[in-house]
Amino acid sequence: MLESYIRNRLKEKEILLMTHIVLGYPSFEDSFRIIEAMVNAGVDLMELQIPFSEPMADGAVILHANQKSLSKGSTVKKCLEFSGEVIKNFDIPFLFMSYYNILYKYGVEGFAEEMSNIGIKGAIVPDLPPEEGEDYINAMQKYNLSPIYIFSPTTPYERMKYLASYGKGLIYCVARKGVTGAETQFSNQLDDYLSQCRKATDLPLALGFGVKNKGDIDFLKGKADIAVIGSETIRLIDSDGVGVVGDFIKSLGIS
Amino acid sequence: MIKRGYYEEFGGAYIPEILVSTFDELEVEFRKAKKDPGFWQEYSDVMSNYSCRPTPLTFAENLTRYFDGSKIYVKREDLNHTGAHKANNVMGQGLLVKRMGKKRVIAETGAGQHGVATATMAAKFGFECTIYMGEVDVRRQRPNVFWMERLGAEVIPVTEGSRILKDAINEAFRDWVTNMDNTHYVLGTACGPHPFPEMVSYFQSIIGKEARKQVLEIEGKLPSRVYACVGGGSNALGIFSGFIDDDVELVGVEAGGKGLDTGMHASRLSSDDASIGVAQGYKTYFLQDDDGQMKETHSVAAGLDYVGVSPILANLNESGRVRFESATDSEVVEALSLSIKKEGLIPALESAHAFVQAFKEAPKLSIDDIIIINQSGRGDKDIFTVADAFEDPKWKEFIIEKAEEYHA
Repeated sequence: MLESYIRNRLKEKEILLMTHIVLGYPSFEDSFRIIEAMVNAGVDLMELQIPFSEPMADGAVILHANQKSLSKGSTVKKCLEFSGEVIKNFDIPFLFMSYYNILYKYGVEGFAEEMSNIGIKGAIVPDLPPEEGEDYINAMQKYNLSPIYIFSPTTPYERMKYLASYGKGLIYCVARKGVTGAETQFSNQLDDYLSQCRKATDLPLALGFGVKNKGDIDFLKGKADIAVIGSETIRLIDSDGVGVVGDFIKSLGIS
Repeated sequence: MIKRGYYEEFGGAYIPEILVSTFDELEVEFRKAKKDPGFWQEYSDVMSNYSCRPTPLTFAENLTRYFDGSKIYVKREDLNHTGAHKANNVMGQGLLVKRMGKKRVIAETGAGQHGVATATMAAKFGFECTIYMGEVDVRRQRPNVFWMERLGAEVIPVTEGSRILKDAINEAFRDWVTNMDNTHYVLGTACGPHPFPEMVSYFQSIIGKEARKQVLEIEGKLPSRVYACVGGGSNALGIFSGFIDDDVELVGVEAGGKGLDTGMHASRLSSDDASIGVAQGYKTYFLQDDDGQMKETHSVAAGLDYVGVSPILANLNESGRVRFESATDSEVVEALSLSIKKEGLIPALESAHAFVQAFKEAPKLSIDDIIIINQSGRGDKDIFTVADAFEDPKWKEFIIEKAEEYHA
């Protein structure tokens, strides 16, 4: 299971690294090369984002990647097939990240079944709070998949406990207000927030939004279990190309 | 989290976790205001001394004679301050913002009417104001951009996606998730996550309350049919709410664009092209593909050019309480021309959609029937689009000369 995988890895490493890509960006061939470089450089788990035309919670970098991928003809079917290939080739857990409409239009139960068939371990659906997600939660349970819930700095403690009661695998802690890809201050305030998160759940904590270098990750050691890098690798690919991904991941010093 | 508004299977609140507390706060404040008998009084006082309410119900005598069918009345939302029904919602939300103690408002705008109304409210109440507007709409509604900026608002052209209303909504949400502590998002229509559909309809219900009272005073009976254009659906819900429990046929008219069979339209409920989905925080009919990706929409009227529709209207469509039709761009221009010439009324291109359908049906009714058309906004702000649609040669000449003056 996802949680036990994370716990086992944490016996060997102080902090794990989760990375994120938008499927089909810049192309599916590139997506494959990026994943290969990331896994070889020691990434512990990965989020594969299925592009959506209205990615409300994402900032400019990931938004553009969604749009580019779609304009090049990415479909949900293609994303599922591609992910199945990826999972056959690389031996780390992969999660889906997408918006609820993608699951809803596919059919929530059928989508969960397909995730299970191809070997995806869990999903992050940022616009689906548990109140709206009964079908999703049931389907994920049926196929033994981890629905991953999000804590934010505006989430009251009681609600954290409520969210954690539906969550499996890990909790994704958003470092700050705002969308993905903006600047985050790694400060004592973040310490307080993370210790609050820790108190609210026994699940491993991943921290994302604004994590972009070794300094940020070192700061998180002992506070979070997983550091999440999202927009930063896309930004890097946009400026320097797919070839630099491996070295960038290695520079984070997590393997 | 507080239980979310559903209208049978439509509505809900599909929001990122970061906004849950903000929505809870808004919900609490809205409930408190709704229960407070002084609040509606305060609201209608503001609307009467600042925005010309009650707006008249005008008997369109010449059009009635011309079509030789039912009596035609027009509810004059164009006479609101800033020229559209949008003021009703905006002033109401402005009063809520004051209660919440927030200092900044943001809004999306399509045609620019909601943006102008929000910027006006912000100027009056002393709020900072940022308006998100699709780049395409900025281009086609320049006069409104001009006024928003004069009113002190920052207008941010949205260059993402199809660069129209839905994209402006996405950007407004992105602002809100960052600045929710001091900022309220004044959503302009009865869409989006709960409690927006309920709240916006509540403020817009002032249209229907007045119209019902007025028609009874003038005619001593209720209308047979009420027509309203439907973009997001707020003006329609506003006027329909006054007649929802009566034996009155309610007709919503969507943007037929270049025709339903061309795919270039924004008809969610009157075409077979839309399906149920979840986007922009709520569940309704969206114009989307089989994967759930939103499609491009088209309408001559920027304010109707939207992929989704109020969940309340989606439900009223399902139950059959409201009938939905569509009007094409060219029909709209024709109806606009007729209203101008026969009555001296200049409906907005959006509102002219309702006129199209009313004009189709009026001749088939008898003089004992009354129909009401909601003129949700005034059309003089559309001068550039309308002039293009009429291919007015003197206007073109004027613009060319004006441009030369600026070059000189």
